[in-house]
Amino acid sequence: MAMTTTADHARADPHHIGLVIEHPGPAPKRIVTAYGFWVFLLSDIVMFSCFFAAYAVLSGQTAGGPKGAEIFDQRNVAIETVCLLLSSFTCGMASIAADVRNRFWFYLGMTVTCVLGLIFLVLEFREFADLIARGYGPSRSAFLTAFFSLVGCHGLHVSAGVLWLLTMMAQVFAKGFRADILRRMMCFALFWHALDIIWVAVFSVVYLLGGAP
Amino acid sequence: MSEQTHGMVKHDLAPGEEEQHSVGTRVVGYVVGLVLALLLTATSFFIAGTDLVWQPSIPVALIVLAIAQMGVHLVFFLHITTGPDNTNNVLALAFGLLVVFLVVGGTVWIMAHLNANMPPMDQIMRMQ
Repeated sequence: MAMTTTADHARADPHHIGLVIEHPGPAPKRIVTAYGFWVFLLSDIVMFSCFFAAYAVLSGQTAGGPKGAEIFDQRNVAIETVCLLLSSFTCGMASIAADVRNRFWFYLGMTVTCVLGLIFLVLEFREFADLIARGYGPSRSAFLTAFFSLVGCHGLHVSAGVLWLLTMMAQVFAKGFRADILRRMMCFALFWHALDIIWVAVFSVVYLLGGAP
Repeated sequence: MSEQTHGMVKHDLAPGEEEQHSVGTRVVGYVVGLVLALLLTATSFFIAGTDLVWQPSIPVALIVLAIAQMGVHLVFFLHITTGPDNTNNVLALAFGLLVVFLVVGGTVWIMAHLNANMPPMDQIMRMQ
């Protein structure tokens, strides 16, 4: 009976405006934590948008240096993209495993995510090192400054994500699937998926649009 | 379990949280997301390097494909949907997107006009 009334109320007031349902009390901590982290991620995306705006304005200001089409290696970027996409998928598998408290699949998913993230970082580091060795460092032109700060900022986020990932594995190993650990795992998964969204913008705007001849 | 289900009826969903599904359904959701994302990525890389399509349409196509892929990521990986239990998450996202478009669109717009309104560099040098 109680269930039916709630279901009826939910249908009468699907957006919880509060006209029908009486106030249900504060939201559970899981929702409050994840929502707060979601707001942080959105502000992080706003910060990235400033770097994107700078890149869009400065992408033509090469000061006699190389243009995007001359220095970008499309194949390298494609491999990096596939690595991040697959890592987003395995991170999703790990969060499902954490929800059903399956240690084996959790560790497996997190390990694969970590390896794919590290491959991405190695590829990006090699690209940067190669550019700097050819004399195309961030101080060469305004275009390269914008390029290195935008892509480097994303790389720093991925590095922080890998450290966080290892911390989560250690915490599950030491403390098990406690409620607080699961909340942190949820925030980590949000962070990792959000990084993937930013990478979609990076490879489209920087490498494909900026690499057009 | 019924206690939990009851709670889910009353409360909103956290960002990244799905409605109560079995493990199999959730895995299928991620697989679908991955396949769609890989398809869109492959199309982007193909379009960028091809001579088969009208060249001036390529930038627009790339932007559309990127936005579509971000949508796929939001729905299948971050589980931000238009469901009634997701209103808070969607509104936060909408505000974030508003700021992003103001920053990027405004910057590009203003800087393009600034460049157009400035006299060429040698003319500035002669004025000094």
